[in-house]
Amino acid sequence: MIPELGHYALVLALVLALAQATVPMVGAARGIRPWMQLARPAALAQFVFVAFAFIALMHAFAVSDFSVAIVTQHSHSDQPLIYRLSATWGNHEGSLLLWVLILTVFGALVALFGENLPPRLKARTLSIQAMISVGFLLFMLLTSNPFARLNPAPMQGNELNPLLQDPGLALHPPMLYLGYVGFSIVFSFAVAALIDGKVDAAWARWVRPWCLLSWTTLTGGIALGSWWAYNELGWGGWWFWDPVENASFMPWLIGTALLHSALVVEKRDALKSWTILLSILTFGFALLGTFLVRSGIITSVHAFADDPTRGVFILALLAIAIGVPLSLYALRAPALRGGGLFAPLSREGALVMNNLLLATMTATVLLGTLYPLLLELATGSTISVGGPFYMATFGVLALPLLIVMAIGPFLGWKRGDVRGALQRLTVAGISALGAAIIAVWIQGDGPIMAPLGMFVGVWLMVGTLVEFMERIRLFDGDAGRVWSRARHLPRAAYGMTLAHLGLAIAVIGMTGAGAWKSEEVKVLQPGQSLTLQGYEFKLERVGGVRGENYLAEQAHFTVSRGGSFVADLYPERRQYMVQPAPTTEAAIHTMPLADLYAVIGEPDGKGGWLVRIYHEPLVGWIWFGALVMVAGGLTSLSDRRYRVGAPVRAAATQAAKA
Amino acid sequence: MRRLLYLLPIAVVAILVALFWIGLDPERDKSMLPSALVGKPAPAVDLPALAEGAPRLTLDSFKGQLVAINFFASWCLPCRAEHPVLKELTTELGIPVIGIAWKDKPEASRAFLAELGDPYAATGTDESGRTGIDFGITGIPETFLVDANGIVTYRFAGPLSPEALSDVLVPAIREAKK
Amino acid sequence: MSRKRLRLYLVLATLVVLGIATTLVLRALNEELVFFLSPTQIAEKQPDAGRQIRLGGLVEAGSVEKSGETVAFSVTDLSSNVRVTYRGLLPDLFREGQGVVVQGAFDGNGRFVASEVLAKHDETYMPPEVAKALKESGRWQETEGKGTAQPVVTQ
Repeated sequence: MIPELGHYALVLALVLALAQATVPMVGAARGIRPWMQLARPAALAQFVFVAFAFIALMHAFAVSDFSVAIVTQHSHSDQPLIYRLSATWGNHEGSLLLWVLILTVFGALVALFGENLPPRLKARTLSIQAMISVGFLLFMLLTSNPFARLNPAPMQGNELNPLLQDPGLALHPPMLYLGYVGFSIVFSFAVAALIDGKVDAAWARWVRPWCLLSWTTLTGGIALGSWWAYNELGWGGWWFWDPVENASFMPWLIGTALLHSALVVEKRDALKSWTILLSILTFGFALLGTFLVRSGIITSVHAFADDPTRGVFILALLAIAIGVPLSLYALRAPALRGGGLFAPLSREGALVMNNLLLATMTATVLLGTLYPLLLELATGSTISVGGPFYMATFGVLALPLLIVMAIGPFLGWKRGDVRGALQRLTVAGISALGAAIIAVWIQGDGPIMAPLGMFVGVWLMVGTLVEFMERIRLFDGDAGRVWSRARHLPRAAYGMTLAHLGLAIAVIGMTGAGAWKSEEVKVLQPGQSLTLQGYEFKLERVGGVRGENYLAEQAHFTVSRGGSFVADLYPERRQYMVQPAPTTEAAIHTMPLADLYAVIGEPDGKGGWLVRIYHEPLVGWIWFGALVMVAGGLTSLSDRRYRVGAPVRAAATQAAKA
Repeated sequence: MRRLLYLLPIAVVAILVALFWIGLDPERDKSMLPSALVGKPAPAVDLPALAEGAPRLTLDSFKGQLVAINFFASWCLPCRAEHPVLKELTTELGIPVIGIAWKDKPEASRAFLAELGDPYAATGTDESGRTGIDFGITGIPETFLVDANGIVTYRFAGPLSPEALSDVLVPAIREAKK
Repeated sequence: MSRKRLRLYLVLATLVVLGIATTLVLRALNEELVFFLSPTQIAEKQPDAGRQIRLGGLVEAGSVEKSGETVAFSVTDLSSNVRVTYRGLLPDLFREGQGVVVQGAFDGNGRFVASEVLAKHDETYMPPEVAKALKESGRWQETEGKGTAQPVVTQ
């Protein structure tokens, strides 16, 4: 009964979305207030119905209702509750419902907190948001009904893929979707502004918090996904340039560009049409990601539903959702004339470079992702584009970006003093050079990208710190005055410092882990040991352990260095109840400068076990850096200037001035 | 010029969508691909017979009647799947089927037919795959209809299923008999 | 700074960045692509030693030999075979008779040395490249209904 109610709620949500997509839009065009005001209750009700459907589905998973097809396919009653619940979005249909839920959450948030938006803009934005809902609700109801029943219902389900039974992956899709779908609001704002024909600083201020929120969650989502791959896949890798990963990375890159260009619109009234374009494209890339993941068009190590009807449907959605706004853009954007002029060497100039490089980097990732498809259609040969391609294109383009990133904050708006900025960055330059020299000294004739990566990472890190210290004038006056200056610095400034610092940390981590990873494979008898990078791994014993829904062989290693104890590692080889294949569970010991990573394989039948050990320098910095970036995003988001009331006050002061 | 620049994004997106459309499934109804051969005389066939001691396989001996030519091999799993349908083609519809064992060892083909039964009116061995190239096959199994005048009237790529037989091949046969 | 002048600078910067990016991409496309080949294609093309290749097919039944940390097995598309040696842990889903994608290169002695044996996230799942190569030669067909395969959506 509950699943049918859930299904019914989705149909009702669709009806509401249809009303919300049309009535307020017409109302805004004709100036009929009550029609425009319909958007608010409709958006709220739509959220309530979709939320009900989502809870109904979660309930089916929680109580293991195997008469619901996807519960049978992806859950098992012995699974721990958390993985029964996370299985709700561990499949195509359920994750689509989660996507729609987040879409309506954002719609409801705008309806609730957009009190001070101009009524016309608000009505149009919510209307466009509802159009996206219509598309996805139709997609779900027509091709991927999550509530489809099985008759007769089986007694037991198929179990969630063991690789997905991981706390990281329970959180990864919701985070990622918050990011992806959050950009839908920015998109809706942009299209509404195009219809309005007006983009100004106020518009940028309304859009920025949504943009920041989406960027922050997307950053967290991508980092979690990579953390999961590192922990769970058991090959010590954290990024594979796989099409599915690229699908989430491209919206992040373009979204980062958007975050910065919206700043220029807000402060200087320039780059307007470019910012609108980025707003449309960011969500476009999110849709592209959905298409790539769910249509099976591109080969990926991640498996996904391979269903041409679904592919055609999303492609049509993508074509309409991006094609119509871009046509509107071609018509309307030429009329959006930028206001503020600026010298090439200025804060704006640096942000333009940031945008240019980020957009080009996105294009290289897009090309790398689609090239196999292109070549296959053209010549029929199958290729794969891997890490080396991206290092030689994306990686090289990232270097100037990171260089400019440290300089930009030192430059003034309109006209910047580059020579002065570089002088103030002397310390950063010296530290970076030092880091590069140490890197060369450590690696000998390793990859050239390693010292370069270290150079830009340290350059950015020290540069960002110097900029922050100058802002609070750390060495000027007593501690009390410095403290007071630090306290009065706007939260957005802290946000930027943290985000840039986080990226610097992550870049250093990626460089170290990418260039200097080492590994060793050996068959060990209990009591024997293996040495890697000065760490001695002694296999103490292997024994059986029992988990909630699996049996495992667990190895015990003691790791020591120069005779002194470092850590105990317990890698496992798990056999889950239903899935026939065993899975490996890596054991990881994290230290400040490196991770030790151990995996156990098959027994050799003579009392020995195949073991694989990795030494991953600086790898932990990647996720620590991401965490700092997320903290930066949140700090910036808490800035009172971006709170919802701000535009009203800004408008009031302007009115008072006039 | 300036206006053209604003059209660039939509143009790029249009190209991408077109690309995805084609790429979405390149194999959609591969069997429906028109063969260049349809409407033309069948290529000459002159192959050693599979059965030891039998005369060489040519199409001349089948002149004047509608025949089906089926490319198969013992290593091909779908060929195994379509095997019962081929029998049906001969027994139910009375169409002689000529088998061509493509890139397969004769012993293996013989064992394959011994195991599953021999639905073919005559069978030749195309070990080099030369005749397959002449017919322009894209993979095996593949089945051609050749009418009484030696003209190819239809091509079916992929394994014949009972549905394909009744829905596609039977109308094609009716057409060819006209 | 006039508007015209500013636009000129913007156009120049764009052209420089795009120019550099195009050069990088073209170079990388020449050097860094990894071709996917089936055992039959390898038999025909005889790729150069040292060139990175992705080899896909089925793990031939009964061909897996383990000795210590090295394992050797044959990858087949049912008409040709390639013998592969690999040092390391095989992915959890590696199984005789199942699809596999192996990345590596031929050494000077004509042995294919794998640097990576690709794990697939899903049990019932045939790597799409492999399925394609096998389908192309008409040698494999999905026998089970598509509905039974468990899709894994990781994002």
